[in-house]
Amino acid sequence: MTRLLTVDSLTVALPQGADRPHAVEDLSLHLDAGEILCVVGESGSGKSITANTVMGLLPKTLKVKTGTVTFEGEPMLGLSAEALRSRRGRRMAMVFQEPMTALNPLMRVGDQIAEALQVHGKGGDARARVPELLAAVNLPDPASLAKMHPFRLSGGQRQRVMIAMALALEPALLIADEPTTALDVTTQMQILRLIREIQARKGMGVMFITHDFGVVAEIADRVAVMQHGRIVEQGPAAEILNAPQHPYTRKLIAAVPHGDAAEKAEIRPAPVLVMKGVEKTYQRGGWFGAKAVVRAVHNADFTLNKGETLGLVGESGSGKSTLARCVVRLVEPEKGEILFHGKDLRPLSRQGWLPYRKRIQMVFQDPYASLNPRRKVGDAITEGPITHGVSAAEARERALDLLRLVKLDPSAMERYPHEFSGGQRQRIGLARALAMQPELLIADEPVSALDVSVQAQVLDLLAEIRQRLGLTMLFITHDLRVAAQICDRIAVMQRGAIVELGPTAQVFGAPQHAYTRALLDSIPGRDWTPPALAETA
Amino acid sequence: MKDFWRNFSRNRGAVVGLVVLLAVLILAVLAPVLYPGSPWDMAGMPFAPPGEDGMLLGTDSLGRDVAAGIAHGARVSLLVGAVSTVAALAIGVSLGAIAGYLGGIADDLVMRFTEFFQTIPSFVLAILLVAIFTPSIASIVFAIAVVSWPPVARVVRAEFLSLRSREFVQASEVLGKSRLSIVIGDILPNALSPIVVLSSLMVASAILLESALSFLGLGDPNMMSWGFLIGSGRSVIRMAWWMSVFPGVAIFLTVLSLNLVGEGLSDALNPRLARNRGGKP
Repeated sequence: MTRLLTVDSLTVALPQGADRPHAVEDLSLHLDAGEILCVVGESGSGKSITANTVMGLLPKTLKVKTGTVTFEGEPMLGLSAEALRSRRGRRMAMVFQEPMTALNPLMRVGDQIAEALQVHGKGGDARARVPELLAAVNLPDPASLAKMHPFRLSGGQRQRVMIAMALALEPALLIADEPTTALDVTTQMQILRLIREIQARKGMGVMFITHDFGVVAEIADRVAVMQHGRIVEQGPAAEILNAPQHPYTRKLIAAVPHGDAAEKAEIRPAPVLVMKGVEKTYQRGGWFGAKAVVRAVHNADFTLNKGETLGLVGESGSGKSTLARCVVRLVEPEKGEILFHGKDLRPLSRQGWLPYRKRIQMVFQDPYASLNPRRKVGDAITEGPITHGVSAAEARERALDLLRLVKLDPSAMERYPHEFSGGQRQRIGLARALAMQPELLIADEPVSALDVSVQAQVLDLLAEIRQRLGLTMLFITHDLRVAAQICDRIAVMQRGAIVELGPTAQVFGAPQHAYTRALLDSIPGRDWTPPALAETA
Repeated sequence: MKDFWRNFSRNRGAVVGLVVLLAVLILAVLAPVLYPGSPWDMAGMPFAPPGEDGMLLGTDSLGRDVAAGIAHGARVSLLVGAVSTVAALAIGVSLGAIAGYLGGIADDLVMRFTEFFQTIPSFVLAILLVAIFTPSIASIVFAIAVVSWPPVARVVRAEFLSLRSREFVQASEVLGKSRLSIVIGDILPNALSPIVVLSSLMVASAILLESALSFLGLGDPNMMSWGFLIGSGRSVIRMAWWMSVFPGVAIFLTVLSLNLVGEGLSDALNPRLARNRGGKP
């Protein structure tokens, strides 16, 4: 094996006033040709900075203090912009996280790939090679696809185009910075397989940056685990995944949702919420030409019993969020019945809804968007009860109790949301919903925006609170491992309809619908079971 | 607040603008002390050049002190700028909030109404309104407010449209808060920064509009104003340049400093944008 890339004791300084002095500190790693190295870490651990340093794409405000980067025997740091440019694309290429914004929206896909070839003086037959390159990333009908503009492609297709562009000049090194994070699980699996296959065919070295241990299990030969800008553990994938040594790695792996169904309580059929024939259709256009009609929700009947947690799983655009928002009337469906304890909520007026606002609450996905940045945490938690006639003093008492329940300090009352981390904010959001003392809690992807260790904490907290307060819960997620862990029953949604509904063990053990099987097959690292690790402090 | 000042003072132009603006404000407040008596009264020889006859900035064709006119005119200009901006904000923010929050037919109606005002050249409309209601300080303020609210409505509507679908607004919705308290308590505070920036620029354009109206002789006949001073000096500009130039400089400095302050406010309220523009961290 030839040594492709060596990074030796690299230190990159952060600007003054940042939360730590160095983005990356004393970092050493190497990559051989024909190998996939996964760099794993939570957000802010410095993994993207490492990748950008290798590519020479560091923002001007970050300076390399010490260390060397050697690529194909040549030192890379201190190369002129021109010298770097000639290597980028030709010898080393990068694929970014966000496929929706990485392509020029005004340029045909084929022209963008051809341009990548022309820039490096291989323009002679550039246009002729484009279909071949697109075919190599398993895109159907490459000739006509090359003539399309990016907006006509799905996220997965765009990411394939990005990969085709990165691979156009057959680089020796491919850096992939979370290339599948923004994609659905089935698409993610296709992209992972594609990268693996091309890497094996061309003998490239791949540096793959991710936060997901499932992805690591799926693709990595070797793993480097990063925390606070340092590599804390490095080694062959099997070793790190199954016998991690460093406490931080152990903590991360212990936090990976294990996907085993927890011990479920017996649920007696006492319907709290029944959805019957609810339909929501979005229409677009219609002035000229045909109307585009999207059936966001249809054929999605379900019954939610008291004390039960029902998981709504599906990919983006499957209608799971729309369905949940129908229940709390953030979306108004045009048909069907939403029966809450036998009372149809759909025809109620805004005023008529008020008594039910107390009983049905919601936790939102994005902890950074779901709290009003200009309102103190205490006010955010108390305003709901006060709106419903609870006295300010009592609401405050309740808020303090709830902060204890969600394991936050009472001093949080007087602070603003921006002073808290994502996980803490999500707990504030939970406290705000619980302050209304609801019986039904709707959780819309409450952990998807969180790092894995924080995710585990919030999930544990949710499970504990559900037990203690006897909540009924509608839990929306795209992560099947999370769903398996927390839900009693699972409803699988595809294109607005529930295609399979059953007890968790049954849906996971003996899936009936082809789509459910496809979803289960796409869980990254499904063959890897996180080892049972003793809790480390 | 501390961050606000740090970001604001990073923009040097804005600090200079603020200082000039404060100076104009002080001049306006102290005008009756510095130049007691009416600025319309004769104070010296007609057509005295600056510095002669004890007149700092000279006198006009009737022997009135130009410096006194500028000091008293500052009161009118600032008053008209501030009051008409407040009035325009009241109209624009309410209509924009209704359109942006309710959407649908309400949005269509309000926006068509707004466009109706935007299709008429604003200065012509202002002249028309002042002429109909006879020139007075009240009718001038009214006319300026009527022609300058549409941009406010559009900005507020755009902010509300994007904020309306944010999760914290949805959360308030789910908590069962009333529409009014969501609009005032949740959405408006988050839409304030562009409104503040816009209003500083509106004060500047209101001062210009008032000057232009006075220049055309549509100012309040009992109030000395910068536009009137320029207008009255126009016919004799070749022999008495100071009559038009000094009030012009006053308008120029005030409007420029308002614009600088507006830019500084925008930097301070959206620090991320400011940094990107400056290419600094």
